[in-house]
Amino acid sequence: MGSLNLLQTLKKDNGRVWNLSWHPNGEVLASCGEEKSIRIWAKDLTGKWLNKIVLTDGHKRTVRQVVWSACGNYLASASFDATTCIWDKKGGDFECNATLEGHENEVKSLAWSKSGQLLATCSRDKSVWIWEVTDEEEYDCAAVLNAHSQDVKKVVFHPTKDLLASASYDNTIKLFRDDPSEGDWICCGTLTGHNSTVWSISFDKTGSRLASCGDDQTIKIWKEYPPGNQEGIPTEDGDSAWKCVCTLTGHHARTIYDISWCHMTGLIATACGDDAVRIFKEDDDGDPNSPGFSLICTVDRAHTQDVNCVTWNPVIPGLLASCSDDGEIKLWSFKELGQ
Amino acid sequence: MSVDQLENQNPDVYTKLDERPSTLEEEDDSVVDEFDSREIFDLIRHINDPEHPLTLEQLHVVQEDLIDIDNGNGTVDVHFTPTIPHCSMATLIGLSIRVKLLRCLPARFKVRVEVTPGTHNAELQVNKQLADKERVAAALENSHLIKVINQCISFRARA
Repeated sequence: MGSLNLLQTLKKDNGRVWNLSWHPNGEVLASCGEEKSIRIWAKDLTGKWLNKIVLTDGHKRTVRQVVWSACGNYLASASFDATTCIWDKKGGDFECNATLEGHENEVKSLAWSKSGQLLATCSRDKSVWIWEVTDEEEYDCAAVLNAHSQDVKKVVFHPTKDLLASASYDNTIKLFRDDPSEGDWICCGTLTGHNSTVWSISFDKTGSRLASCGDDQTIKIWKEYPPGNQEGIPTEDGDSAWKCVCTLTGHHARTIYDISWCHMTGLIATACGDDAVRIFKEDDDGDPNSPGFSLICTVDRAHTQDVNCVTWNPVIPGLLASCSDDGEIKLWSFKELGQ
Repeated sequence: MSVDQLENQNPDVYTKLDERPSTLEEEDDSVVDEFDSREIFDLIRHINDPEHPLTLEQLHVVQEDLIDIDNGNGTVDVHFTPTIPHCSMATLIGLSIRVKLLRCLPARFKVRVEVTPGTHNAELQVNKQLADKERVAAALENSHLIKVINQCISFRARA
């Protein structure tokens, strides 16, 4: 078992906070939401987190997601105004130096590849777009992927490869990769099993497993079976097969809006519409083909309204950030008891 | 909207409930007065039907006994009944109910608005859309849609 201790509450009275992103150095947090702007938070000399910067002149509607590039030099934001903005500090202050247009309506999520050469965006228009970053720092649309039949809620890149996963209102997760023989991006996998909207997905450290969550109030763990795998799981066209190896039910009372798989500790955190934050841990010596995960911590009423996002700090083990419809961002420290 | 465009030209019209009499206990500030289904009903009964110059109460689209409220758990569940099973306005009606309750109730309440089971052809799709708070949030930032919803929600005095 373990405990989550509240370190600090950050609040600016500006409505629903949708999403958070830690800078790869772990020392800066970006937030976004209903107020149409992006806030950048960092510690002061006494160790308290403060709102240092507000980026206001990028979007005309809700900012749904923000995400730092792996190099930490770029911040990308997705908005209901159908645009994506790329912010950097080249001129000294943070400025929006590129606005990507093309989606027909709300952009709901976005993700950078590990190399920083690719950016993916997705929208209520059902499409996923892949943008290539040119040497001149321009963003060229490399692919428009129309594999989903409904809104695409979330896109996430594999932690090391140029493999993209997307989650949708059509209840599926899809995987995409570049196909050099075709010179185009293709859908190389469809993961079915959720009974309703898949709201979020998160890869583990190695990228060989993916956790998903959604409106059916379950968590699913999907495992990669590469071609020629020992288990004899059939694969097609040289692509890995992905199988659901674990389903966690009965823990959440409402829609699970977000899931974060820590790349340092292996812990999984969830953000739920029942106002709670929960932590799951993989059981020791489990069968890799049917692993067990146990709920080791629940904070009921972590927020006073729906929790929209949870994210583990990439540098400090156990440091978790959450945000909510109640307008608050909370920083938590997880301690496993008996350690 | 002209008459020849109406999907349901002759809906059944029901009588309206009288105003709820307020009791002495309700005027006593020392008595804890929890929300009840009648109060939720009073919030949504005057919503205008998008097609007819009638309220949702008069068309029996909303009814007091199809409202469940749990003060302890902070949940409000409202079922609404479209007048015809292929009503194309069902999502708009549901959204109007949801928006009205979002604006009126304390934020601690979690509101669920669903079609009364078996009363609409696309029941599951309508319910899924109304339950998706991201879609609802985006709809509320759509100036055309919010105008239509506000027209439904606005209280019109009638003879």
